[in-house]
Amino acid sequence: MKKAKRFLGVLFGRKIVLAAAVVVVFFLICAVASPLIAPCEPNAIDLKSTLEGPSGEHIFGTDQHGRDLFSRIVYGSRMAFLIGVLAVLVAAVVGVAIGLAAGYFGGAVDSVLMRLIEAEMSIPGIMLALALVATFGNSVGMLIFILGFSAIPPYARMMRAQVLSVRELDYVAASRIIGSGDLRTMLRHVFPNCLSPIIVLMSQSIGGTILAEASLSYLSAGIMPPTASWGKMVSEGYQYLTTAPLFALLPGVAVILLVLSFNILGDGLRDALDPHMRGNL
Amino acid sequence: MYKYIGKRILQMFLALFLISVFVFALLQMIPGDPVYAMLGDEISIERHDQVYREMRLDRPLPEQYAVWMKGFIGGDMGYSFSYRKPVAELVAARLPTTMYLGVLSSLVSVALGVLFGAVTAVKRGTWVDNVVTVISNIGLATPIFWLGILLVLVFSLKLGWLPSNGFTFPWEDFGLSVQQTIMPVICMSIGGVASYTRQTRSSMLEVIRQDYIRTARSKGLPEGRVIWKHALKNALIPILTLIAVTLRNTIAGAAVVENVFNINGMGSLMVQCITKRDFQLVQACILLLSAVTCVCNLLVDIAYAYVDPRIRLK
Repeated sequence: MKKAKRFLGVLFGRKIVLAAAVVVVFFLICAVASPLIAPCEPNAIDLKSTLEGPSGEHIFGTDQHGRDLFSRIVYGSRMAFLIGVLAVLVAAVVGVAIGLAAGYFGGAVDSVLMRLIEAEMSIPGIMLALALVATFGNSVGMLIFILGFSAIPPYARMMRAQVLSVRELDYVAASRIIGSGDLRTMLRHVFPNCLSPIIVLMSQSIGGTILAEASLSYLSAGIMPPTASWGKMVSEGYQYLTTAPLFALLPGVAVILLVLSFNILGDGLRDALDPHMRGNL
Repeated sequence: MYKYIGKRILQMFLALFLISVFVFALLQMIPGDPVYAMLGDEISIERHDQVYREMRLDRPLPEQYAVWMKGFIGGDMGYSFSYRKPVAELVAARLPTTMYLGVLSSLVSVALGVLFGAVTAVKRGTWVDNVVTVISNIGLATPIFWLGILLVLVFSLKLGWLPSNGFTFPWEDFGLSVQQTIMPVICMSIGGVASYTRQTRSSMLEVIRQDYIRTARSKGLPEGRVIWKHALKNALIPILTLIAVTLRNTIAGAAVVENVFNINGMGSLMVQCITKRDFQLVQACILLLSAVTCVCNLLVDIAYAYVDPRIRLK
């Protein structure tokens, strides 16, 4: 308990990290409580008031179908969180399993798995996601798996490197001597001791995943309309850039704020977990 | 050194082989019938069977793969149903555009990123350091399509300085080419500039603490020479590995940037053929772009082994 308190003290001791955490929590509240925060129904079409500027009734204005932009941005945070967080989870689980197996068993298993990871790393990120969308479609569940699959390599590589260093330690040998099998040794003794850099990597890559989802949606290969997603809103707004510039620009500001905050939070977590950095704070 | 290069080349071909199997498998993994998925459900049964046979979907998988691969290497990359043209013809017209933008953006990323990184490391803790660090953090968080739209709004629509779309090679019309490439290159390089800045900064800070820098200073070398000649040269070694990653991300960025600026390159081709479910075109695009990144990875690794003997002796 005292340890956790000290850790949080170090983490949030830096004002910028605290500010980032506040922004993330703010968007999280928007995502969870969208119906309470959004003043209008996000998909309610009102053809009498299309592409309006900000007013008392619509504080961010309206889109080409007269839908309230503020409400749509609030609802858009749902997709950003859902896909960003779950895709990272998928990537981490699969990547960690691959890295654990490669590092622990070594030899042929290691060679095969690492060659596969290297091959995946050679395919430019979003192109891989686009091809998978073309093949498997773009339902929300599919997008989570596709973006997760595209993000496996760093986890596998980091886990493997971690395992290689932990594997040689005495307590792993001790566990084997007392008769633990491979699975038990891996899961009970090796895995927990490799976890902290993985957690840092996860927190650092949520932002990037949200960006990837926004890009896919911008290219019409992500979230399908009419569901509100920030990337799709920017691409819809692009056509009305001269008449209603806020339509394209505001959802992008939401992306930047959330991604920036996640990145700062991730870096803060890394620094707080790393004793070398703690001295510098 | 030769042994190392040979091993890396072998690894590259292995990676390319695995990618080609994956890309080949994509067509097989389409839920339902691939011909109906590509051409729509309205086609007649005769047409379906004809295309089915033309694409050799009735043959065993290894044979399909072998024929496809053989054709690919020989320059026959299949037929695009949505454009009604051979894939090779479409790709040949568009790959140079994407490569030109990609290489130009990568060069800009390296040049600016290393400069910013070195300056912020030397001026650590000052306002210059803080401003550049904040900007590079924002750069990493900005969706490039959004940045592109913002640039179009400001420089094309409001100020009227730059054209909002199109692409021309510099040897066709130099002035127009420069005007048309400024905004796409800014968008494609922003992520690279930000990551090079961060990497160079931390790498420089590491190097500046080393003994030989103290030696250089204590023997009376001017500070500028110590920084740019002694420190930066060694700090750049880890930067080399970043080049491969950046190039890969830059090429990926082309998918978005080419759409924003309406440029006919591989990225926009890829996006169009995905909405039209033109799978043979998708396969060719991915395989070609992956081959480009594989070759770049190889070159970077060889360069890395050349400047850092520890790598090739491992």
